[in-house]
Amino acid sequence: MAKKVGMEVSVAIGEAVKLANADVVAAYPITPQTHIVEHLASLVADGELDAAYIPVESEHSAMSACLGSAAVGARTFTATAGQGLELMHEVLYVAASMRLPLVMTVANRALSSPLSVWGDHSDAMAVRDTGWIQLFTENGQEVVDNVFCAFRIAEDQKVLLPVMVHLDGFHLSHVIEPIVFPEQSEVDKFLPPNHYPLVLHPDKPVTMGDFAPPIIYSEAKWAQEVNLRASKEVILQTWQDFGKAFGRYYSPVESYHTEDAKVLLLTMGSFSETAMTVIDKLRGEGREVGLVRLRLWRPFPFNEIRQAVKNAETLVVVDRALSFGGPGGPVCSEVKSALYGEAKKPKVVSFVAGLGGRDITPAGFEEIINKGIEISQKGSDNEFEIFGVRE
Amino acid sequence: MTKPEGELTWKDLEIGAIVTEPGSAAQYKTGDWRSQRPTYDFAKCIKCALCQIFCPEGCIHQNADEYFEADLFYCKGCGICAKECLTKVITMVEEEE
Ligand code: SF4
Ligand code: SF4
Repeated sequence: MAKKVGMEVSVAIGEAVKLANADVVAAYPITPQTHIVEHLASLVADGELDAAYIPVESEHSAMSACLGSAAVGARTFTATAGQGLELMHEVLYVAASMRLPLVMTVANRALSSPLSVWGDHSDAMAVRDTGWIQLFTENGQEVVDNVFCAFRIAEDQKVLLPVMVHLDGFHLSHVIEPIVFPEQSEVDKFLPPNHYPLVLHPDKPVTMGDFAPPIIYSEAKWAQEVNLRASKEVILQTWQDFGKAFGRYYSPVESYHTEDAKVLLLTMGSFSETAMTVIDKLRGEGREVGLVRLRLWRPFPFNEIRQAVKNAETLVVVDRALSFGGPGGPVCSEVKSALYGEAKKPKVVSFVAGLGGRDITPAGFEEIINKGIEISQKGSDNEFEIFGVRE
Repeated sequence: MTKPEGELTWKDLEIGAIVTEPGSAAQYKTGDWRSQRPTYDFAKCIKCALCQIFCPEGCIHQNADEYFEADLFYCKGCGICAKECLTKVITMVEEEE
């Protein structure tokens, strides 16, 4: 029988990685990811998890050690946040383009400067194009469930790609939540052993990350792109199978009271939970509003987004990151490209909010929705608006 | 590799463009971008092997007469061998297509 416990989400991730029976954890501690790897270090030290814990000297080394570990076929996990993710940057590309399955949780954090240890999605957006599969989660249960799913997706023979599971720093990483843990036998059933097909082994030498002259580089990149896009099928199947096994279903885009909604709000990450309570309130007042929650960030679910918003008149997108000098919110930018060619589409309004750990309260979301409706009717000279910034 | 690189499609590549054939770097023609090539006046050669030791490409081998000579498939035309040869055996000349 699965058991429900109250636990800090970071600690719960450590427990999930233990249940997933990881072989190697290579990590460098950074706020607000620290409790995840701290807990894993003690699980390994106490003999509760039979894994190699590699305490490295930087995040660049953490990801590099993960490459080596995944290359020999070991089930590999790491976690990071903010500046740590940026320090890994170049190695993230290598992990994806060498097609190495590994799982990393990112406790999303704002980027310096000014220095902020608090949460937003700046770190995630900076690694958007690294070729990783990227999922966003909303609560502790989702993170734990998606750690299992992430290993299965990453290690699937049709995928063989690294997976990032994003969770909001502090707002999610440091809260204590009721979480249902599956039994070890259930996890073992859901998550078969890792079999990387071309492992580094002296008996059958291979060269990974080889040199590619112009005559072959484009082919290598296209192969990578085709593969990442195709991974979506496995992601959907994995979530289906997870739902059948554990009763909790996930999908790339989730709709909340979107039926007949004229106005839709679109969010990603844990703030979606606050947004849901606001939708409940407004629905209670008879307003035709709904919420679209984006869970799969890469590969981007273009069709699902089109389907989810096609009947609305106004779509208000809330981003927790800023693309300086660009279109404003990176999520909104993606949503706009998904809709550009559509004959029937809502007016899209972009807000950037919740930067550097600033809360968006229920009243805040209500104001965002109302302002969004106003902008969609009257128009605006600005590409986007930063919500709540003091003028 | 079964096909020459220029004929491989993206579908021919192993996952992650992993190379499964050991020593395949030997097929890579580093002599491609050479703009000068070494020429030899072997009459002056004392077979000291200095050129072989200094060649950064490791492409100088002894020929049938045991003189040290560059393998032009790999020689990049850097001229180091010509510079180091004490008896001035080697002269770099323009590579003309
Ligand atoms: S360095 Fe000059 S003399 Fe010595 S082996 Fe080479 S070509 Fe001959
Ligand atoms: S020119 Fe340079 S690469 Fe060519 S044989 Fe001489 S030292 Fe080697």
